[in-house]
Amino acid sequence: MLKFASLLLALSFCQGRQHHNINNDDEVVPVFQASKYSSLWPLPQKVQISEISFKLSGTSFKIVDAKESSAGSSCSILQSAYRRYYEYMFGSAKKQWGGKNRRADLTELHVWITSPDSECDAYPGVTSDESCESFYGGLETFSQLVYEDEYGAKNINSSKISDFPRFAHRGVLLDSSRHFLPIKVILANLETMAMNKINVFHWHIVDDQSFPYLSRTFPQLSQQGAYHPYTHVYTPADVKMVIEFARLRGIRVIPEFDTPGHTQSWGKGQTDLLTPCFSGSKPSGTFGPVNPILNTTYDFMTQFFKEVSTVFPDTYVHLGGDEVDFTCWKSNPDIQKFMEQQQFGEDYSKLESFYIQRLLDIVSTTQKGYLIWQEVFDNGVKLKADTLIHVWKGNQQQYQNEMANVTASGYQTLLSTPWYLNRISYGQDWQGFYKADPQDFKGTDEQKKLVIGGEACLWGEYVDATNLTPRLWPRASAVAERLWSASNVTDIDDAFNRLSLHRCRMVERGIPAEPLFSSYCPHEYKGV
Amino acid sequence: MTSLTSLIHSTICWRILKGVWPLPQSFTISSERYPLNPQAFYFAYGKQSAAQEGCSVLDEAFKRYFSLIFPDYISGRFYSEAIFILYALRVSAGQASLKAETVWGALRGLETFSQLVYQEDFGSYFVNKTEIEDFPRFQFRGILLDTSRHYLPVRAILKTLDAMAFSKFNVFHWHIVDDPSFPYQSRTFPDLSAKGAFHPMTHIYTQSDVRRVISYARMRGIRVLPEFDSPGHTQSWGKGQSDLLTPCYRGSTPSGTFGPVNPALPSTYKFMATLFKEVSSVFPDSYIHLGGDEVNFSCWKSNPDVRAFMQKMGFGTDFTKLEAYYMENIVNITTALNKTSIVWQDVFDYHERIPKDTVLHIWKGDPASYEAELSRITKAGYRVLLAAPWYINHISYGQDWQKKKIHIPFTGTEEQKKLVIGGEVCMWGEYVDATNLTPRLWPRASAAAERLWSDEKQTSNVDKAFPRLQDFRCKLLRRGIQAEPLFVGHCKHEYQGV
Repeated sequence: MLKFASLLLALSFCQGRQHHNINNDDEVVPVFQASKYSSLWPLPQKVQISEISFKLSGTSFKIVDAKESSAGSSCSILQSAYRRYYEYMFGSAKKQWGGKNRRADLTELHVWITSPDSECDAYPGVTSDESCESFYGGLETFSQLVYEDEYGAKNINSSKISDFPRFAHRGVLLDSSRHFLPIKVILANLETMAMNKINVFHWHIVDDQSFPYLSRTFPQLSQQGAYHPYTHVYTPADVKMVIEFARLRGIRVIPEFDTPGHTQSWGKGQTDLLTPCFSGSKPSGTFGPVNPILNTTYDFMTQFFKEVSTVFPDTYVHLGGDEVDFTCWKSNPDIQKFMEQQQFGEDYSKLESFYIQRLLDIVSTTQKGYLIWQEVFDNGVKLKADTLIHVWKGNQQQYQNEMANVTASGYQTLLSTPWYLNRISYGQDWQGFYKADPQDFKGTDEQKKLVIGGEACLWGEYVDATNLTPRLWPRASAVAERLWSASNVTDIDDAFNRLSLHRCRMVERGIPAEPLFSSYCPHEYKGV
Repeated sequence: MTSLTSLIHSTICWRILKGVWPLPQSFTISSERYPLNPQAFYFAYGKQSAAQEGCSVLDEAFKRYFSLIFPDYISGRFYSEAIFILYALRVSAGQASLKAETVWGALRGLETFSQLVYQEDFGSYFVNKTEIEDFPRFQFRGILLDTSRHYLPVRAILKTLDAMAFSKFNVFHWHIVDDPSFPYQSRTFPDLSAKGAFHPMTHIYTQSDVRRVISYARMRGIRVLPEFDSPGHTQSWGKGQSDLLTPCYRGSTPSGTFGPVNPALPSTYKFMATLFKEVSSVFPDSYIHLGGDEVNFSCWKSNPDVRAFMQKMGFGTDFTKLEAYYMENIVNITTALNKTSIVWQDVFDYHERIPKDTVLHIWKGDPASYEAELSRITKAGYRVLLAAPWYINHISYGQDWQKKKIHIPFTGTEEQKKLVIGGEVCMWGEYVDATNLTPRLWPRASAAAERLWSDEKQTSNVDKAFPRLQDFRCKLLRRGIQAEPLFVGHCKHEYQGV
């Protein structure tokens, strides 16, 4: 008798399917379920969980490559994921269930990668992600189906699931400039992203406050611009570690180097990069955005982004472009002269466009695609057709209009406005995040297809290692389900039931995810 | 530094005081500084000190503060001797002295001393020539933790007690049970937690847990004030104690649900007397918090036996009279046990016939209404505690610690003002458990701590307080307390956990 579950990944169709076909002749144990989908989060596209449950034992259970699979034991992504998920499922149980007189009903999970190219050594990418992440998604889903009964034994119900994400881009933004985030915190959150099937880590790595990215080409940037040149920087090895850790979990790392605004910290290590502000006819000693009129600026950017494009393997880079304050530019006589020469009149957004366009040209030569914040689109900068516009501003009506405008112009877009998780309030604000939908705007089906996803943003003004993780989870989980599951998965009560269990699962896996409401977890957070 | 001599009176040096929190009442700090050598530094009991070696509170505190002062120093020798208030602290060349009337004052003085010591870039320790006289503005400076809505592991409570001592809080108000769960394991009524806790084994406080919390708190000069809130907020009690709660009726039949404690049955008072007898022996503090808030009358109204009792007692249809009757009985029970009662303001609002030594605890309303309540209660001659402005579980975006630093408002006579014994920061547990308690509490609670300890005039300027609090917050991190940031910036030693 075969006793295994199979995880079939039909990569050739860019869509994973997962079956738990289990032959079994043992007794049928009815299981209490608060939600009929138990603790699954985000909810898979198609789920059937039967009442029939099978016992699993940590001593006998194995995750193995199916014979037919195109990826085998040399695939490090698979092998390290097997171990990780084994530990999630059995690691916390102090006493392994499965005394000699007891039998395990299910002893193997067969993982079958069907595409001829398993992408074992690749980085997850925009085009490959739907297929690749089916694998992580599948293992995560399987691990979520396993539950503990009152005797501490592990069980899984006979289930059939086929799954794929609704959106390709499901991101979390972390800001390591306003506060430095130790690597350990970033890794723990990548781990948690994988538990929530988030597949993009948007690393807002530098900003006004500090420049922790240690550049090989321009080491003085972090030497002068970081909070501390040694203890508060990300070395090339650190960055590599983050990227590899993310890759093993099917997560892309998209770095953001925001210019021309938000660059105060850049100026400390790179003279003449920022615009000197004037008070009357004299320099005031303060600096504004990147100086767009000097050739040296573009030489610097060329070299800098050349480095960035080799350090970060993802095919996209985020170029920022938000919130440019024109007052300093206006005060500077050289810039005024330049404006005149270029016949920009008094319209400084034209100067901004001038800068951005040259920057985009520079980045294009590195063969990278780019994301930019919505202002760049709003200001009418000429963009490549495959540019992704990141919407972050306004109230609900305003962002919906923006999504409509951006997509009407034929650009792909992703949404963050309703998911600024740094903005906290009392009570169950996850419900608001859950209700927002990136395709909820007036537009044609063609326009809706241009929405590639969304991102939960945790800006760092009030967040550092002390409070990041509980502030992010499980609130970002609400966003994760919106971006993964079918658009009609909107039942708040069912979501609450599943999310409560999902949050306890994160806690059990060592992640301090905060509670949704008065309640308890069988295994409370131990890391006090 | 090894021996103490003269004092220098200079103007306040805010730069050096930046990490001292809450601000001492009076202080002089000169720019003259002395290096401290961890190898040579020791605490000693003064010759005339009433406390000498063997005083466990201070012996333990010396040990604790040594490693707080010298976080880099691994193995220190401890000469268990020393000097001590509340306290006067004088640091001069060669020696520092700390004078306190009792050990509790000495603990506060040690805390201040440890905050005065700073480390230079090259790792050496310094303390400036200093003279401080200090005492708290209010005698009751509390923090409420709620272990019913979420269970807080003992470790999380102990960690909070550590951090409380750093901000000179001196009362841990343990809101130990409530509707959602009953984690207190009673010797007399073990069924209460066996059936009323979230889990009868893993989510309870055993007697030894409670003892551990009390003794840990004592070592830090912190009182443990238990709250057993009744007659409302008692759903979890009913699971392990049948006939305690009022059966609600739908029409003429019981609906199967239960309301507040049943005030019409003599068995109720017998049970309460027994329970509070146990509580009063388990918790050594001379105060007990009896709750008395938010009683919903609809279930009482529905119950025919309760209605009959109302009639018998001549209460008419005024259910506040029934509630008052109940509270009076409970207060009498605790009075007989030689404990002073603290009750939520609701009890005063509907009933003025409560013993004069009862303390009223204000928790409701906006500033205008709690100010009015302060005046009313103190006018009636009762002592009062203020919690309303410090519901720290209510979070909002931005620097809300500035609001926690509100001044304590008042219209009343000097006599009335003296009746305000202090205030309390409340961390209700709906959205808080071990995962987020510490960063949500600190350093926001520290803002209230300074309001309750320091002189209001000297500490009313938020801009001046900001850099000092930021520095204090980094100090908390250095001591392993996961205190969240106030705004952008960094600490030399960031939090190393996740």
